[in-house]
Amino acid sequence: MKIAVFVKHVPDVAEADLEVAADGRTLKGAGLPFEMNEWDRFALEEAVLIKDEVGGDLTAFLIGDEAAEESLRRCLAVGADRAVRLWDEALSGANPFEIAAAMRGAVGDDNYDLILCGAQSSDYGYGMGGPLLAEALGINSVALVNKMKVEGSKVLVTRELEGGWGEEVEVNLPAVISIQTGINEPRYVSILGIKKARKKPIDVLDGAGVDLSSEGGKLVVESLQAPPLGEGAEFLEGSPEEVAERCLALLKEAGGVL
Amino acid sequence: MSVWVVCEHRNGALREVTYELLAHGAALCMGAVTAVILAGPGEGEALAALINGKAERTLLVEDPSMSAFNGTAQALALASLAEGAQEPPKAILGAHSAAGMDWAPTLAGKLSCPAVTDAVALSMEGDSLTATRVVYGGKLQSKIKLGGAKMVIATIRPGSLEDEPKAASVETSIEATSVSLPSELGKRFIAWVEEAAGDVDISQADILVSVGRGIQDKENIDVAEALAEALGATVSCSRPVVDMNWLPKERQVGISGKTVKPKVYIALGISGAFQHATAMKDSAMIIAVNKDPKAPIFQIAHYGIVGDLFKVAPALTAAVRAAKG
Ligand SMILES: Cc1cc2nc3c(=O)[nH]c(=O)nc-3n(C[C@H](O)[C@H](O)[C@H](O)COP(=O)(O)OP(=O)(O)OC[C@H]3O[C@@H](n4cnc5c(N)ncnc54)[C@H](O)[C@@H]3O)c2cc1C
Ligand SMILES: Nc1ncnc2c1ncn2[C@@H]1O[C@H](COP(=O)(O)O)[C@@H](O)[C@H]1O
Repeated sequence: MKIAVFVKHVPDVAEADLEVAADGRTLKGAGLPFEMNEWDRFALEEAVLIKDEVGGDLTAFLIGDEAAEESLRRCLAVGADRAVRLWDEALSGANPFEIAAAMRGAVGDDNYDLILCGAQSSDYGYGMGGPLLAEALGINSVALVNKMKVEGSKVLVTRELEGGWGEEVEVNLPAVISIQTGINEPRYVSILGIKKARKKPIDVLDGAGVDLSSEGGKLVVESLQAPPLGEGAEFLEGSPEEVAERCLALLKEAGGVL
Repeated sequence: MSVWVVCEHRNGALREVTYELLAHGAALCMGAVTAVILAGPGEGEALAALINGKAERTLLVEDPSMSAFNGTAQALALASLAEGAQEPPKAILGAHSAAGMDWAPTLAGKLSCPAVTDAVALSMEGDSLTATRVVYGGKLQSKIKLGGAKMVIATIRPGSLEDEPKAASVETSIEATSVSLPSELGKRFIAWVEEAAGDVDISQADILVSVGRGIQDKENIDVAEALAEALGATVSCSRPVVDMNWLPKERQVGISGKTVKPKVYIALGISGAFQHATAMKDSAMIIAVNKDPKAPIFQIAHYGIVGDLFKVAPALTAAVRAAKG
């Protein structure tokens, strides 16, 4: 079985102080730690598990500049047979339709039976990469999958719904499956493992041939800014002990629970 | 200008978000909303009755392929309706939900038109749709413009409507129509799957001590358990904690977990992503501990503590124990 996985390299913003670049539309990425998109870590693990189970080969794809190669090395370290990176300067700040066109371009004429993507990227959260790639390839897609099993030329998936429900769906291959977190336990990769993967080659494709002129190009990010602040919390200040005493008082008086 | 709203329903009932969509749609086109209901045979009329008065017109398609949700069938049906319409819609609105995350980008691909997902606000300026999105884990906001396109698609974050859903109150005309879909969709609904009920029902607790990724390790859950025990509280958590198998799924607060409304919700190391916040923001008192002063959780918390949960939580545990004697 020919399997592909698409991974994106994203800034880890959970604890970072974010600054908007001078253009007013993009994030100042310098100085931020970057990592593989959380959803893609689960997609990668699933791809490796499926390859181990049904056999075949796994290609990891990334649309990004050289700095993003670290995420591809992680793919090689956990079991991808080949890694492909496509980039062109014209793609910097690309919208999800342009990224999908690049994803389509990177796949080329190779016919993959199964392509895994993340359900969304943690920075912009469009959730469009998988379905748009499937449409560009003219194949099936299913979004938000938290369980899957390949059965011959079909794959049986569970799509996650709201409130603890799911739906089981049978999909014919070839297909693009967009993976939700929690589907598996992504394996731990040591720094050493990633270093070793440095010896494996990464194919670099020039994105100059990718046609970015679709209707989707009409999606333009106009501005990026801090969100308007609501009333916000009343902050309790002081040493942990002082803060704990204030909390205790609040729980008794306003909370009425002690 | 015409705006179409794709009604979301499950098991014969409209989902709450449908009313929000109708209100968003009405605001965009001054009332001329077309509600689109795609349903299984015999299901449509009852659903259409539920939106009577909230749209100018309802386009109703009943087809066996719509008896259960099938994103491919839905996208194909919407594409054929939109392309064949006498007055094609300027905008097609749907929910940013499990269903919308599947059909909306697929429809954008089929219609080759721009789409924006997970918008929290929409406005129409001249010929362009402008959408506001919340990005980077809730820390920034971006404005997206879809200009110069014949048709655009937008999905809206449930719960983002600020006022009560308001929509035109008119008699809604119902137009039954059909679409021809390929007999083989390559995708088949098999069954609904329901999460097995666990032993603990977090939605019944008066006090929740809730942990997020900031807890860093399974062993550290002890810190929350100690506080919960002192308070007589129940431990709950955000999704990554369940994804990493540090706590069972029944403890998860959020759109894909449980909705909770305790007297007190103590959030330890939770950033406050909308999928979490939307399911706990109605708690009577929210106290958040986070080392990042810009964490979005502080926007919905009543009291905030900027600090290390590993210092604050044990101090609170000690204070509660001392007070209880
Ligand atoms: C379809 C879908 C459904 C989803 N459903 C849910 C759901 O039901 N429930 C849910 O919770 N999420 C859900 N999510 C995921 C959601 O988008 C977020 O990824 C998740 O809520 C983040 O969890 P978190 O706040 O624990 O982690 P993070 O966002 O990583 O935040 C961790 C926080 O801990 C803080 N921190 C770190 N160390 C410390 C310390 N020592 N002391 C104090 N603070 C510290 C950091 O500053 C940070 O703010 C869903 C996502 C999707 C796409
Ligand atoms: N730059 C990229 N490189 C590789 N894959 C990507 C890229 N951007 C998006 N994807 C894939 O598309 C999915 C959804 O991303 P998004 O549409 O940005 O939310 C991701 O989880 C990846 O699998």
